[in-house]
Amino acid sequence: MSQATKPVHEIVDAVYRSESRRILATLIRLLGDFEIAEEAMHDAFAAAVEQWPREGVPTNPRAWLVSTGRFKAIDGIRRQARFVSDGPSGDGMMTELADRLAAETEDIAEKLDESVEDDRLRLIFTCCHPALAPDARMALTLREVCGLTTEEIARAFLTSPATLAQRIVRAKTKIRDARIPYQVPSQSELPERLETVLHVVYLMFNEGYSASSGNSLTRADISGEAIRLGRLLLELLPEPEVTGLLALMLLQESRRAARSSPDGEIILLDDQDRSLWNREFIAEGTALVRQTLITRRVGPYTLQAAIAAVHAEAQTSSATDWQQIVALYDVLVQMIPSPVVELNRAAAVAMRDGPEAGLVLIDALLARGELDEYHLAHSARAELCRRLGRKDDARVSFERALNLTQQEPEKRFLKRRLAELA
Amino acid sequence: MKYICLGYYDEKAFGQLSEQERTAFMDECFVYDDVLKKNGHYIGDEALQLAETAATLRYQNGKVAITDGPFAETKEQLGGILILEAKDLNHAIQIMSKHPGVKGGPFEIRPAADLTELVNESERRRSVATEK
Repeated sequence: MSQATKPVHEIVDAVYRSESRRILATLIRLLGDFEIAEEAMHDAFAAAVEQWPREGVPTNPRAWLVSTGRFKAIDGIRRQARFVSDGPSGDGMMTELADRLAAETEDIAEKLDESVEDDRLRLIFTCCHPALAPDARMALTLREVCGLTTEEIARAFLTSPATLAQRIVRAKTKIRDARIPYQVPSQSELPERLETVLHVVYLMFNEGYSASSGNSLTRADISGEAIRLGRLLLELLPEPEVTGLLALMLLQESRRAARSSPDGEIILLDDQDRSLWNREFIAEGTALVRQTLITRRVGPYTLQAAIAAVHAEAQTSSATDWQQIVALYDVLVQMIPSPVVELNRAAAVAMRDGPEAGLVLIDALLARGELDEYHLAHSARAELCRRLGRKDDARVSFERALNLTQQEPEKRFLKRRLAELA
Repeated sequence: MKYICLGYYDEKAFGQLSEQERTAFMDECFVYDDVLKKNGHYIGDEALQLAETAATLRYQNGKVAITDGPFAETKEQLGGILILEAKDLNHAIQIMSKHPGVKGGPFEIRPAADLTELVNESERRRSVATEK
């Protein structure tokens, strides 16, 4: 490599980092196939490495890469058509496909900049399509939208690269075979489809946030990707709940450093060193919550973010405005009637009115049976019994919680609590 | 990332193909190899002679024993290797799924291991040993 070509390589690398996801999103639309698009993008960047040192960097590198990729793909399909002779998808169809693709978009370079952000949204909605299995949605989004490699995603999900690779292959096959359309849903479908997208992003965040097991660093990376994705979504689709979700993630993330000890032990909200909370995230998250509350189109993510913001504003646990938190939970329970939300509300009531009041609510909830297998319901009950000095009741509930949880840090935490009771 | 594709095939079944079938299959494979070479996925390849030409060495009772033939007696034998450059495992799978050779027998795709750090460590150990 000569000195003169080196900067061009660096330019190509930089363009890859900043533009490859957009280019891929557009090529999928133009070519109608994930794999052909991926290969086309690879070919386009390979061509850039070869041609830009000689011909100079084009004024609009992204447009150049898209039209080069598209051209290479059509050329590739034509070439393949000459050699593929067997099966029903024989040469006639391939040539026809190439012709159709070539005729479809003559002036793509000019129209490109208008549609590029839409293409990114199309890609997100397709990767998070409700017809795909939930774990496949997450894997596909991380790979295609965030640009992570199969190996990186597998490491974060503590699974083998081959298993994850298969999940992605299956999802792509499903997109092709079920003809999942590559489009942003219409206004009438949007709320429901957006909910699925937000759910994928939030699951992704929680995957990295829950202190389950594995390398904590790579887990934090997944949360970071979820936040980045939240920011991208907000930029592309500034809906109140998108803002709410981003706020919620930022506010939860702000506590990361305080929620476990250096040796990985859980530290509950009450006992956290609040000076470790990330003030920047809190400021940004709180501002986003305010901005959304003004719109008066408040959804569950925004409400949860508002609750997190109330916690974040309190200097100490005892200075928390529990009145307001209970009020927010009252609205949330109405919006998404769920026993888990009711459990959280009960915990807030215990903080506002004392452990006795909370215990009455939790016992009523447990009597309904839905939360019988949920370890946090039993540990919350145990905690309140402990505070009331009802040691035997506390022991029974901590033990029940211990039997139900799979996570190592949680188990250690519950064992510590049990030891303290003895 | 670098991936090594191990291509297996049934030598006996391949031997029973007609001359025409065999050449058609090979032509298809070579055409795709050329595609890989052109688009930068290809790093290298080697085809292997028949498994019967193999000699297997094994350290036994303090000395090297030599046996005639391949290490594993299976229906499908290793026929060749292809070294690929791909973005990740899914990309490698995608590239190799289109290789006509897969019709002749299974491909095993393995990521290359980077031993640079191990080699460096070993060199450090050895240089310390010589200093003493």
